[in-house]
Formats: sequence, C-alpha cells, structure tokens
Amino acid sequence: MILTIARKEFRSMFALPSTWIILGALQFIFAWFFLARLDAYLQVQAQLSLVANAPGATVSVAAPLFGTLALMLMMIIPLFSMRLLAEERRNQTLALLLAAPVSSSEIVLGKFLSLMLFMAIIIASCTVMIAILGLGTQLDFGLLLANFLGLLLLTASYAALGLYLSALTKQPIVAAMSATALSFGLWLIDIGSEDNGNLLRAISPTVHAQNLNAGLVASSDLMYFILFIGTFLLFTIRRVENNRSYD
Amino acid sequence: MSAHIRLYSPQLTTVTLRMTEAITLSAHNICRHYGQKQVVQNFSLQLKRGEIVGLLGHNGAGKSTVMQMLTGTLIPDSGTVEICGFDLKMQPRQAKACIGYLPENPPLYRDMRVDDFLIYAARLHGVSASQLPDALAEAKQHCGLQASGNIIIGTLSKGFQQRVGIAQALIHRPQVIVLDEPTVGLDPAQIRDIRHLIGELGKTRSVILSTHLLSEVENICDRVEIMQKGRLIYSDSRARMQQLMPIGGNIEDVYAHLTKGEAL
Repeated sequence: MILTIARKEFRSMFALPSTWIILGALQFIFAWFFLARLDAYLQVQAQLSLVANAPGATVSVAAPLFGTLALMLMMIIPLFSMRLLAEERRNQTLALLLAAPVSSSEIVLGKFLSLMLFMAIIIASCTVMIAILGLGTQLDFGLLLANFLGLLLLTASYAALGLYLSALTKQPIVAAMSATALSFGLWLIDIGSEDNGNLLRAISPTVHAQNLNAGLVASSDLMYFILFIGTFLLFTIRRVENNRSYD
Repeated sequence: MSAHIRLYSPQLTTVTLRMTEAITLSAHNICRHYGQKQVVQNFSLQLKRGEIVGLLGHNGAGKSTVMQMLTGTLIPDSGTVEICGFDLKMQPRQAKACIGYLPENPPLYRDMRVDDFLIYAARLHGVSASQLPDALAEAKQHCGLQASGNIIIGTLSKGFQQRVGIAQALIHRPQVIVLDEPTVGLDPAQIRDIRHLIGELGKTRSVILSTHLLSEVENICDRVEIMQKGRLIYSDSRARMQQLMPIGGNIEDVYAHLTKGEAL
C-alpha cells in the first residue's frame, strides 16, 4: 500500500510542467557552482602541489558543492512537499484514501517515500557530476559517502517537516511558506551563534549535517536526524488520523 | 442465535447469512456532533444484500455525515458500524475492503488519466495485479467509460467525472456501495443512465444512496429512510409507504407530511 501511494505521488509530480522546469533550473545552478569551484581549484592547484598533505579535489570541489546543495534543499523541498497533503484536503480527494483499507501511517509514509525518491534524483544528478571528476583525479569515496548520507538525512528531515506543515493547512502555498520559514529559522540558529557549545544550536539540522559534510559520521548526529524525522512523521500521522475525527 | 454463532465461528456465520437474507451493513446507534451541534443522533440501519436504500432528507439533515461514518472516513462519537461481519473500528482493513464509497464531491485527481486513476483506486482497495485488467474493464463498462480511458479527468464533463467517481466506488467489487447524491448536477439523460446502473448493482449487492430528490427514491429504491435533524424519522418499504399513508398516494405528500413545519 505504501508503495502504491508512493508510486502514484511520484508519477503525478512528473505530470506537472513546473517539476521539469525546476529540475532543469537546479541542474543549471549545480553545474554553475561546480564549474566555479573547479575553476578556483585549478587556479590554486599549482601552489597546492608544493604543500605537504594538501587538500584534494574531493575536499575542495565536492564538499562545498554538497554544502551548497544542502542549503538549497530548504528552498526546494517545500515546493514539492506543499502539495502532498494540503492539496488532497483542498480538492477533497483525501476521502478516497480515508475510505480505502489503508491506515493513516501508510498514507503518510507513502507520500514521504515519494518525496524522498524524487529528491534522490536531484541528489544523484549532483553526485554524478562529481563522479565525473573521477576520470581525471582520485576521489575520496569515504568523504563522498558521508556527504551523500548527510544530504539524504537532511532531505528526509526537511521532507518530514514539510509534510507535517502540508497536513496542517488546506492551502499548499501556506504549507510551502511556513516550511521554508521554519527551515530558514533553524538554519539561522546555526549561523547566528558563534559559540559551539550553545545548546540551542543542537536543534538545528544544518549543524548536524556539517559534521557529515566534513566526513565525520557521528552516532549523535545520526540519532538527532532519526529523532527529527520520526517526530515529524508521527505528528503528520496523528494529523491525518485527526481528519477522521474532525471533518 | 446469530450472535452466538459469531462468537465461536465467524466462517459459519457468513455461510448461514448467505443462505438466508444476508445483512451486509449494520449501523447501531451511531451519534456524532460538530462542536456544540448534534448532527446525527442514534442512527441505526441495516442493509441486506440485493437491496437499494434511499436516505432522504433536507440539506443539512445529516445524510452526508451518516455516510462518512458508514465508510470510516469519519469516526462516530458512539455506536458501532459493521460491514459484512467486520467491525469498522476493530477491523477497519477488512471492513473497508467491502465498501465502495462515492462522497458528495467525487475524490478525483484532475491531472490523472481515467485508467490510471481507476487502477490506483483498485490497488488502494487491494485488487491484485492479476485481477486488475478484468476489474478495470468491468467498472468502465458499467459506467460507460469504455472510450474515456485515456482522457485526463480534469477535461471531462461533470457527468463523466461523476461516472468516474462511481467507477472508483465499484472497481473492487464491493458488497456495499455507498453513494452520496450520485445524480446531483447531471442532465436528465445521465440521471437515467446512472439510475439504471444503480438498479443493476442493487440486484446483487447492497446500495445505499442519499438524495433530496423524491423522484429518485420513487424510481429506484426498495426502501426509504427519512432523516431530519440528525434522526431517522421514518423508515419503510417504498411500496408500503405509498399505500399506507392516508394523505395521498405519492411520496411527496408523505414526505411533506412527515417533515411538516420543519423545512430546512
């Protein structure tokens, strides 16, 4: 059932022209950043080769590119998460799901999965660009993998948050704006405080993604992401279940 | 007796029921309020196989709320609903697999093609991949959608959208079909087609439909349930209702008599 719902949502995303436009624009932006990073690296490469233990291509090109992508996620994901539940409620199509022999958690997980699959395409397209570097130089696959994991977890966090906000309203645009505002707020907590020991910083997903961006896979960060994702998915399931109690 | 059997052998009960008059849907004392307002009060109803029941009432009498509760899209405050022997609250999965539901506003994804949408609806209701082509063909044939499979739902006329909504409720061959105002907004020819379809369905399954059109009840229903202010105020077979009432032969007079002074 989860897969049935996920497949339908995934297909209907590609039925919208805006999806293709956004995908194209994103690819262009990534390519631009990639070239700019690569260019900067090539200019300093001659000097770098004189230094012992110099940073390689993965650290200089791939990690910053993934860092950029991580920042863009909080703008991209609300665009796709906003419709998932808000539009069902606005168009009164949720009745189909509620009357079907499907539980609320299956509805929510199906929608979450479709968004994750879709975002995986965006992350993969970025990863492929970096993999091309492998033709000319040696890549640090450990660092790449940590980055990939970090992006995936960050995506899942924003997706769960966006899905919850989409369940709260009947207006997709309200869901999108509030999701963007919240994820920006969480990011501002991160960049706003200098002090590493600040407790408040610990609630920001971007703080935890930074470790993974630098190649450090810490269980505390993984735990944070699992809790963040789980919490918002549970909230969403509760919210969908409430549709059966209040019209 | 039947309750006794059910306790020990659910399978035997279904067999016994099928041999006699099978009860497919039974609602017992369901209540529901919105805020301070009591919308449905102690509503009870039993539906047999091969029976078409019309739920009649003014706008706001609570018809749609009752139908939402019968299909599990709204949880009643109290009372129980049983479908084909499964309690809607305790065994929602099995119970819901036996119902087809057309809400007041057909739940259609306007950007999907008719075939894709119907296949999705069938999968959601647990139709297996091997049965899917047959189920799809049958539902489309029932609703006169054979030529519309490739059309995007949003571009269909209102009448055809309504047909897609009905096809969605039929595709998994449910025992109980719940239709909320199935003919609203249709032209006379379409109304006739859909009434004919409901008549066909009512031969082998149970159909409950809500309406505020008396002609609809006169034409197709075996039994009438009249609701007012959230309560059932009258319930009888259509024929008896026409015969017994002293104030005149037709349902309209009966209805006016029953709901006297309580318009809207």
